[in-house]
Amino acid sequence: MFDTNLIGHSLGQRSITVEEWAVRWYANAIGETDPIYSDVAAARAAGHPSLRVPPTFLSCMEGWLFKTFDLLALAGIDPSRVLHAEQQYEYHAAVCAGDTLTYEPRIVDVYDKKGGALEFLVKASRITNQSGVHVADTRTVLVQRQLSKDQ
Amino acid sequence: MTRRSLKDLQVGDSIPELRVPAISRKTLAVYAGASGDHHPLHIDSDYARDAGFDDVFAHGMLSAAYVGRLVTDWAGQDRLRSLKMRFTGITHLYDAPHCTGRVSERFEVLGEPRARVQMQCANHNGEAKIIGEAVVALV
Repeated sequence: MFDTNLIGHSLGQRSITVEEWAVRWYANAIGETDPIYSDVAAARAAGHPSLRVPPTFLSCMEGWLFKTFDLLALAGIDPSRVLHAEQQYEYHAAVCAGDTLTYEPRIVDVYDKKGGALEFLVKASRITNQSGVHVADTRTVLVQRQLSKDQ
Repeated sequence: MTRRSLKDLQVGDSIPELRVPAISRKTLAVYAGASGDHHPLHIDSDYARDAGFDDVFAHGMLSAAYVGRLVTDWAGQDRLRSLKMRFTGITHLYDAPHCTGRVSERFEVLGEPRARVQMQCANHNGEAKIIGEAVVALV
């Protein structure tokens, strides 16, 4: 079982400006062909100030600001035994390239299942933009598997 | 992209499926670079084997991105209110993701009509890898 003292732990507050090239590379990597994610003119024609940020890209930028390996080290999680169990998003306002996003992640829960064979850590992040608008909330559940029987 | 009305959407309606080409090592390398997730389980076969896996396997968040595309291709991102995904299985090399969804509920929040869509991302054998749910505005 992870240390329950982790519950409520804030990882701090960090900001990032969304770069056009980063959105374009991500769209390419996930096979996204809608030009609002890769062509600024198309995004503007669709009414956006710049490239639209795909719904799942919010997690990537969170990972750039707050390295998952740092979180694993903080919680004493073995990187070779961790898997992503759940991912959730609530969207409150559009995010586009050029926006500066501030992430405020916190560890909100730890628990185990199957008599401790599976240990879970839940992180929740509030995301605001440069105007102070609350644009999204993310929630991530990581699970650490117990070592297999022969180890 | 077409922006047809979703006002007449009914519980039980299926949304258009999304089929993705089979996952290759290149898919994972390109995704690792673009996402910044360089976890060696997804790009280093030696590390993956030492960790007890047969080989590298897909990032869960890559399949999550496909589930996101399932919704945005159909409804457009402006209508997307929430996404929830549970990773139920590992997507292996050469798996071809197949995302599907079906409307499970219509409801209203602050006067805005919305639909809840149950989704899954399976491989080409129909084995579910992600079970998810999206809420979209029917505007």
